[in-house]
Amino acid sequence: MKKLFKFHGGVHPPTNKTQSNERPIAQAALPSKLIVPLHQHAGNTAQPVVEVGQRVLKGQTLGKPDGRLSSTVHAPTSGTVTAIDMQPVAHPSGLPYLCITLIPDGLDEWVPREQHDWKTMSHSELRHLLRDMGVVGLGGAVFPSDMKLYSHKHKITPLVLNGAECEPYITCDDRLMRERAAEILQGAEIMRALLYADEVMVGIEDNKPEAIAAMRAAVAAGSHERMEIVAVPTVYPGGGAKQLIRVLTGIEVAAGVRSTDLGVQCFNVGTAYSTWRAIAHGEPLISRIVTVTGHVGEPQNFEVPFGTPIAELVAQAGSLPETSGYIMGGPMMGFPLPTVDAGVIKATNCIIAMSDTLFPVAPPALPCIRCTRCADVCPAELQPQELYWFAKSKNFGKAQAYHLFDCIECGACSYVCPSHIPLVQYYQFAKSEIHQREQDKQAADRARERHEYREFRIEREKREKAERLAAKEKAAQEKAVTVDKAIEPAIAATNPDADPESTMQFKIQAAIDHAKEQAAAIKPKNTENLSPEQLAEITEIEVRRARIRELAQSNVDQPKE
Amino acid sequence: MFFAPFISKPDSVSQIMLRVLLALIPGIVLYVWHFGPAILVSITLASITALATEAAMLKLRGSPVTPFIKDNSALLTAWLLALSIPPLAPWWMVVTGTAFAISISKHLYGGLGNNPFNPAMIGYAVLIISFPVPMTQWLTPHGLGSVELNLLDQLHFIFSGALPPGVSLDAITMATPLDTLKTQLHLDRPMQEIMDMPIYGRLAGQGSEAVALGFLAGGLFLLLNRIISWHIPVFYLGSLFAIAGVFHLIDPAHYAPPMFHWFSGAAMIGALFILTDPITSPTTTKGKFIFAACAGLITYLIRTFGGFPDGLAFSTLLMNICVPLIDAYTQPKIFGKKGKQP
Repeated sequence: MKKLFKFHGGVHPPTNKTQSNERPIAQAALPSKLIVPLHQHAGNTAQPVVEVGQRVLKGQTLGKPDGRLSSTVHAPTSGTVTAIDMQPVAHPSGLPYLCITLIPDGLDEWVPREQHDWKTMSHSELRHLLRDMGVVGLGGAVFPSDMKLYSHKHKITPLVLNGAECEPYITCDDRLMRERAAEILQGAEIMRALLYADEVMVGIEDNKPEAIAAMRAAVAAGSHERMEIVAVPTVYPGGGAKQLIRVLTGIEVAAGVRSTDLGVQCFNVGTAYSTWRAIAHGEPLISRIVTVTGHVGEPQNFEVPFGTPIAELVAQAGSLPETSGYIMGGPMMGFPLPTVDAGVIKATNCIIAMSDTLFPVAPPALPCIRCTRCADVCPAELQPQELYWFAKSKNFGKAQAYHLFDCIECGACSYVCPSHIPLVQYYQFAKSEIHQREQDKQAADRARERHEYREFRIEREKREKAERLAAKEKAAQEKAVTVDKAIEPAIAATNPDADPESTMQFKIQAAIDHAKEQAAAIKPKNTENLSPEQLAEITEIEVRRARIRELAQSNVDQPKE
Repeated sequence: MFFAPFISKPDSVSQIMLRVLLALIPGIVLYVWHFGPAILVSITLASITALATEAAMLKLRGSPVTPFIKDNSALLTAWLLALSIPPLAPWWMVVTGTAFAISISKHLYGGLGNNPFNPAMIGYAVLIISFPVPMTQWLTPHGLGSVELNLLDQLHFIFSGALPPGVSLDAITMATPLDTLKTQLHLDRPMQEIMDMPIYGRLAGQGSEAVALGFLAGGLFLLLNRIISWHIPVFYLGSLFAIAGVFHLIDPAHYAPPMFHWFSGAAMIGALFILTDPITSPTTTKGKFIFAACAGLITYLIRTFGGFPDGLAFSTLLMNICVPLIDAYTQPKIFGKKGKQP
């Protein structure tokens, strides 16, 4: 029996998994249209490489990665691109993102798929292939997997596969492990090779005995060595990467520390599966397993092509009347979907239909009574009641000193709070305020630096000009002295009024005028040749200024109470 | 719109407070058994005053009345205060103390969750400083006094201050065991002789030791239900035991044994119900240790060398002042930043 470690706290919400984990994974029907966002991964939005009206094949690249931290997006089926525009997406902000709308032609015709034997490929080739196949972490963070599959100079001892699935309701990893265990383990072998990892540990919460059995059978059948399927205690958030690493290895990965620096790396089981499909079968990441559960007729898991509108997906599980909304993700960390027209994305592990009976609205919040139930359950070992206090009073410096940014927003504190305070929202608010302030400060610093440099430059130019002028003057005077001596009589003859003083005055005036002209000519150059981003920034600043002016105005207008 | 987490543990502030109230019941039952029903009168009086003051203050502060009245916190303050003052105290004392506790020490600081001091202890402190004499007139337990009042007589006394003809106040009241001990020691009587006096039972005061046992039982219920953590009761009683033990070992003739201190006065109710008030106690484990251990020391010092009959209220209030400081200096190390990795 493997020695397991404990992490602090945790909660035991009702798991609600049996509703959906009894039925096998069903292939979701092709929807009427697919709305495929080009931003389905951590990092930069992919750049579209298709045109409106173009026919694309299943697996064809729709968007290419933009920069290092980005990923590829593919067509989930064959069909015609009808639009490339901003559409609402499955994101808590509800803001539109660049999406490609694809009308399926029903043929589901693949691009030619190239099967690879990973053992004959170099690691660099494998990483490039994963990037081209759009493989990202399917546990929720959707971080490009190729970037995580470096061990650098660090020795990775255990590669941890995360099959814990600690959030209530979600069963997509459970079903995947029951049905496709062999391929998950094949993917794990590729990951192990890329990381030079000695050992693979798969952590699965002990409330999934079928998945554990299936995975263990697959380890034996595939004769995988130094690979262990470990049943871990069911406690939320035991499936958080940091918590699972802690339970399996005893290592605590603090916020801001890369787990590879501590010799461990963690991937979701779904990511391992996709890695195998991408490399061995040449299938890019174009679909995933999604649990559709909650207030629906037949809760179950579907293999869903990305871009499938959520409403159409839910309909396949049997929509019910009196649905009050939809959660993407689990009930502990998920978010209410701003729209059901948005497409399923790589991060969509679960859709929960809500009803007032399943998810009654919490009673109004009462003040904190410092009972510290939140601190008792916090897996990051923070003092949530203090953080709440600081966030509420906008004492952000203190909040940071009390490790606000170590909060993983698991929601365990809110879950147990007897005063029903939405603690996580307070922390999110404080975090975003701090980010905003940091950005504002950086912008101000940049502006100040630019201003100071400009002052310095103007000063320097002035000085240089004066020096040049003085030198010129001196040279001219010397010359004039010699010339004057030679032609004095001539000047005197042609210009009787001329006196040396007034010629000097004239010359100085001319020099000043010239300098002024030059200065005038230089000035506008500051705002010329600006990049579109700079122009956009300027407009934004102008808008903000106008708003501030407006606000100031309205403040002035308001009579003092 | 509501946000993650979309589910919550079925629990609430009012449920927590209600369970604390329930946990007081064994102690109250034993109180009535040994001292008669007068305590129920003062509990009722205090409860009505607390709810009325709470409602009035919420109105004045512009807060919603219903959700806060239902949180049961005012009732808890009322019960704890009523249990700390003599049951025969005149009605206006109970009302003044409770009203002061709720209005000044709770709502003027911002209401539930914002009071730095335990309101019940503030109420007690105000009463013992303002009206010291009635605060020492405790009922004599059953079987010790020459006369016993029935409920009607008790009610009559509480509301009018008049006793039945032929009954003197001294006949029905006495000083507390702690007070008696102090007076008798001043008279240079040896400890053993004092302890043989009829007002003392097996552990401490006759009757009052049973009430303390009742509170201990209620406290265990709170511990089992995880309403309170074990830290403060254990550290408080431990520190009280330790210092009392040291003095008793050095000079048993002049210093009472530790068990006497545990079951005398407000030590039990204080350890389990008053010091454990989460709002006015530290949140960190280390902080709870400092808080409770110091409170135990101060309690002992006031009891043994001070002028007041018991030290719980003042030790609680003194340590309440230190809570923000204790919390700030006892922040624990967090996940991944403890400096040790396997």
